[in-house]
Amino acid sequence: MKFRKLPFRNLTKKPGRTAMLTVLVMILSFAMFAGAATIFSLRNGMKSLEARLGADVIVVPVSAKSKVNLDEMLLQGTVGYFYMDSDVLEKVREIDGVEKASAQTFLATLRADCCSIPVQVIGIDPDTDFTVQPWIAQSYGKPLETYDLIVGSKVGTEIGSTLRIYQQDCQVVGRLDSTGTGMDTAVYTTMDTMHLLLEAAQGLGHDLKITGDPDEVISAVYIKVKDDSSAVSVNNYINVHIRKVESVQTKNMLTTVSDGMAGASSAMTILIGGIWVLTFLLIIAAFCMIIRERRLEFAVLRMLGASRRMLSGMIFTETAAICVLGSVLGILLACAVVFPFGGLIEEKLGLPFLQPGAGMCILLAAGTFLGVLLTGTVASMWTANRLSHVDASKILREGN
Amino acid sequence: MSLLELKNISKIYGELKALDNVNIKVEKGEWVAIMGPSGSGKSTMMNIIGCMDKPSLGEVLLDGVDISKESSKKLTEIRRDKIGLIFQQFHMVNYLTAVENVMVSQYYHSMPDEEEALEALGRVGLRERAKHLPSQLSGGEQQRVCVARALINAPELILADEPTGNLDEANENIVLDLFRQLHREGTTLIVVTHDPEVAEAAQRTIVLEHGRVAREIINENFQE
Repeated sequence: MKFRKLPFRNLTKKPGRTAMLTVLVMILSFAMFAGAATIFSLRNGMKSLEARLGADVIVVPVSAKSKVNLDEMLLQGTVGYFYMDSDVLEKVREIDGVEKASAQTFLATLRADCCSIPVQVIGIDPDTDFTVQPWIAQSYGKPLETYDLIVGSKVGTEIGSTLRIYQQDCQVVGRLDSTGTGMDTAVYTTMDTMHLLLEAAQGLGHDLKITGDPDEVISAVYIKVKDDSSAVSVNNYINVHIRKVESVQTKNMLTTVSDGMAGASSAMTILIGGIWVLTFLLIIAAFCMIIRERRLEFAVLRMLGASRRMLSGMIFTETAAICVLGSVLGILLACAVVFPFGGLIEEKLGLPFLQPGAGMCILLAAGTFLGVLLTGTVASMWTANRLSHVDASKILREGN
Repeated sequence: MSLLELKNISKIYGELKALDNVNIKVEKGEWVAIMGPSGSGKSTMMNIIGCMDKPSLGEVLLDGVDISKESSKKLTEIRRDKIGLIFQQFHMVNYLTAVENVMVSQYYHSMPDEEEALEALGRVGLRERAKHLPSQLSGGEQQRVCVARALINAPELILADEPTGNLDEANENIVLDLFRQLHREGTTLIVVTHDPEVAEAAQRTIVLEHGRVAREIINENFQE
C-alpha cells in the first residue's frame, strides 16, 4: 500500500460518509455553476438584444397594439402581422434628427396546409436595413435572391432545404447565430420576396387586412437617431405629426427587459448565496460529526508520530478529493440541466437568454471548481484547527 | 547512564498535584512496572514519559537530554523516534489491515517496508493474519499487532499502559512472554498496570500513591 494514498483509503472504506459529503459538494457546485451560467445567459441575452435591436425608435401602425404585444413579439418570437402604408417610411426619413430609417414587413405563417412550419417571416430592405442585415451579411455574406431565406437559430430546418410558405418554395440559404431573443424563431427575406409572399397569402384567401397594393405596405419602421439628437424628441414628433402610427422608444422596451433581468439576476444571486451558506454550514456540520467519529483514529496517528501538519495534510487531501469529485459531478449535472433546457428557462423567465460560449463555460466551471475547493479548504482548515486542540493522550486512555 | 530519569517532576492542575516531586531512574534494558490505585498519577506519568504531556516542574532526561521544555512538535519527533507505545484498548486504525497498521508506524518514522512489517508480525505469531482487518482479529491478536507496531521502529523504550487489561489469561501470558523476549533482546520496558501478576513479571515495581513514589519493589523472582 502506498501511504500517500492513506486518505483515499479512508474515503473508500467509508462509502456512506464519502457519498454524503460528495453529494453536499455536488449540490454546492451545481448551484454555483447553474446560477452563474443562468445569470451570464441573461446578461448575454440582454447584450445581444441591445445589439440586434439596433434602433432607437420603432414605428408601427396604431392598430398593432391591439393585435400583438410588441415586446413579446420582439423578445419571445410571438408571431403576428400588421400593416401600414409604406409612405410612413418617407415621412419618417424627413424628420430632423433621424439618421437612418428602414422598413420591415411581417408575415405569420399559421396554416399547416400552406406552409412547412409556423414561423414569423420578416421582410427587410438589404440596402437600408441596419438591424438584421449586418448579421445576415456576417452569416451569409452574399446578396439575398428572390425566395432566398435566412433562418433564425431556432428554426428547425437545414441550410439548403426548401421551406414552403403560402405554397411558395423558398430556399434556406443561411442561418443566423443565436441571439436569445424572438429573432431566433423568425426567418428573414428581402422586401421583394415578402411582397410575393403577401400576394400568395392573399391569393390563398388569407385575410391580411391589407387595403390596397401589397407592394405598398410595411409593418414597422426602425429608426436610428443622430448622435446629437434626442430619441424622445423624434418619438414625440412622430406620435404627434404622423397619423395612424405609434412610435415606441426601444429604450423603454429594454428597460422593462433590463428590470426583469436585474430582478432575475438578483434572485439568482441571493439563491446561490443562500445555497452556498447552507451547504457550507452543512459541510462544516458533517466535518464536525466526522471529527467526533475519527478523533480516536487521529489520536492513534498522532501517537504513532504523525505531526499536526501531517494530519492537516491528510484532512486536506481527503477534502480536496471529495471537492474535486463533487464539483465535477455538480458541474456536469448543471450542464445537463441548464444547457439542454435553456429554451424552457428562457420561456419561464420571459427574458432574452443567450448561453455563454465554450470559453466562458470553461471559465465558469473553473471558477466554480475553485470556489468549491476554497470552501473545502476552509472547512478542512477549520477541522484541522479543531483537531489540533484534541488531547490525543486523553482520547487514547479513554478510548473515545 | 540511565535511559530515563525523572528529576523532581510535578504536574499541577490548579490546586491538584497529579504528580508531586517524583524522582525515578530507569536503566537501559530494564523492565519496570508502575503500579498504583486510580488517581495515583500513573496516567500522568505515562503521558510525560511518552512525550504526550509536559511536567509543570522538574526535568525529564531521555538518553541524557532534558525533554521537559521541548515544543510539542519536537516531542512528537522524540516519541516517533525513541518510544513505542502500547495501550489497553489496542487502538488499531480500523480501516487498515494488521500489516498496514504496523506499516503506518514505519511511514511516520521513516519508510514503509512490508516485508519488515510481516517479520514483526511473525515475531508476535501473527504473520498468517497479516491481511486481516482489526474487526477480524480477537482482542489478544489486536494487542499483539500493537506490540509489533510498537516494535517496528526499534524504539529505545517500550511504554505500555495496562497492556493486558482487556485480555484473557491465555492472551495475557502470550503478551508477557513477548515482553520477556523483548527484555532479553535488550529493549527497555515500562509497563503501567494495576495487575500484580503483570507487575511481578517486571524486574522492579514502582508504586505510586497520591502522586508520589510510595515505594519500589525489586522482584527477587524475576525470570529472564
